[in-house]
Amino acid sequence: MSAKSTDRLATAGLYVIVGIIITVLAGLLGFVFVKGIPQLSWQFITTPPQIFKEGGGVGPQLFNSFYLLVLTLMIAVPIAIGAGIYLAEYARDHWIIRCIRVLIEVLSSLPSIVVGLFGFLFFVLYMGWGFSILSGAFALSLFNLPLLVRVVEQSIRNIPKSQREAGWALGFSKWETITTIILPAALPGIVTGVILASGRVFGEAAALIYTAGMSTPIIDFTNWNPLSPTSPLNPFRPAETLAVHIWKINGEGIMPDAAAISDGAAALLIISILFFNFTSRFIGNLMFKKMGAN
Amino acid sequence: MNVVETIERSVIQTENLQFYYGTHHALKNINLKFEEKKITALIGPSGCGKSTFLRTMNRMNDLIPGVRTEGAIWIGNENITEPSIDPVELRKKVGMVFQHASVFPFSIYENIAYGPRTHGERNKKVLDEIVEENLRAAALWDEVKDHLDHPATGLSGGQQQRLTIARTLATKPEILLMDEPTSALDPISTAKVEDLIRTLKERYTIIIVTHNMQQAARISDFTAFFLNGEVKEYGQTATLFSNPLFSETKDYIAGKFG
Ligand SMILES: Nc1ncnc2c1ncn2[C@@H]1O[C@H](COP(=O)(O)OP(=O)(O)OP(=O)(O)O)[C@@H](O)[C@H]1O
Ligand SMILES: [Mg+2]
Repeated sequence: MSAKSTDRLATAGLYVIVGIIITVLAGLLGFVFVKGIPQLSWQFITTPPQIFKEGGGVGPQLFNSFYLLVLTLMIAVPIAIGAGIYLAEYARDHWIIRCIRVLIEVLSSLPSIVVGLFGFLFFVLYMGWGFSILSGAFALSLFNLPLLVRVVEQSIRNIPKSQREAGWALGFSKWETITTIILPAALPGIVTGVILASGRVFGEAAALIYTAGMSTPIIDFTNWNPLSPTSPLNPFRPAETLAVHIWKINGEGIMPDAAAISDGAAALLIISILFFNFTSRFIGNLMFKKMGAN
Repeated sequence: MNVVETIERSVIQTENLQFYYGTHHALKNINLKFEEKKITALIGPSGCGKSTFLRTMNRMNDLIPGVRTEGAIWIGNENITEPSIDPVELRKKVGMVFQHASVFPFSIYENIAYGPRTHGERNKKVLDEIVEENLRAAALWDEVKDHLDHPATGLSGGQQQRLTIARTLATKPEILLMDEPTSALDPISTAKVEDLIRTLKERYTIIIVTHNMQQAARISDFTAFFLNGEVKEYGQTATLFSNPLFSETKDYIAGKFG
């Protein structure tokens, strides 16, 4: 066979593979959307579920997903930035550092159900936080830290050495150089990583079943005092998220329209995750432009 | 090695300076005096230690693991190789400009204001003045004054290099170290930067590494010829170029090696 026809054959092969992937993806999304989008309505995304009757919504679950996301990021992002800075700028090649890297790798490949069970034992029982948003947020922070640390470390490492040297040569300490030159320049990459992690948090169910719980108490959306037990902001209340809700009603939903609700919730979930992905690209690009990098 | 006798007011003087990268002896017994408000060119073949020498003077080499410095570098009456000297403070006095202009990915204004602000200047009016003064000093003001808020990365290579010089001047150094500041620039930008360096001589003591013999001849008062980590010859530029003492100097200047 001539080089030219081998090349053609290989190209055709690659097209077929790409075609299969796109078809599977499009089929999946299409299936979820065709079944789910007709269920979506303002009433559906704002009202609480019904247990025995038709016509319930997923309002509190949607709110819980977002609230959990915000709490998780508030915990995980500062830690990830600290650890990323340390690994990229301070850590020398030492066996302890190599161990830490291996641990991060291991942690990043733990199944989320294992992280959930750990969260149950540690945050729910040992710390005594019960099934709560806070337990869930810590479990998900643990689950997402490896990814975030790696993204931050990589974004920092991607800043050329000349930028650091320029900072040092201007009489900045290492820390000033990192916080005022390196971090701003690495920000677009970090933001992209954070928003991708957000997608993972939003779609996570297994790690939350044993930590944030599978129920939502009656909450009063006019009560914004985080210490009050009926406030949506109370971090110590159980909080079933959208993903957990889908899992639950598929297993034990007894409302007559359980299937339709699960379809609607699934579509809502995917729309939210797509939204995160696109905003991540958009914000990333915007920051690159604003910072003048090309 | 002959020390120039004509130098009276030296601001920098090295004494038996040795430098090692691990076991690699990169600078061997350097004894040089640099005169105040003059331009000294460092020339020599690639790998002979010019950049290493420059970087011992603002202690940038400290940041490389496993290096060792011996001997003394006197700036004024301080030996800056002493551990008691804070390198961060030293680098405010001894500014450095690199071969590849590394402007920060901020606006033109921020590139200059950044230094003084981090060093404690918060007054917006004072910062405005600092930005204008140093852009003027770097002969860049007229070209950029109408778009100070534009990203600095959008400037041409020559403009970026002048911006990094302005940025360095804004931290009020006394000594300027320049490592091949024009080797990445086109001839017109090079001419502009050279003009700038000549005007800066009125206020700063300048040490410049260059591979361009014409450039060394055009702008410097003194020239040191480095070879294999040693200073082979040091003297007034006019003398060293027209009447070199050593055949190696003569051959290098004539472009026979390097
Ligand atoms: N970070 C480093 N670690 C180890 N060795 C180094 C390092 N930097 C430079 N060297 C070595 O020290 C010697 C002098 O290097 P230096 O960069 O000072 O040369 P130079 O005269 O500036 O060369 P050029 O004209 O190519 O810039 C070379 O042999 C080089 O390989
Ligand atoms: Mg060099």
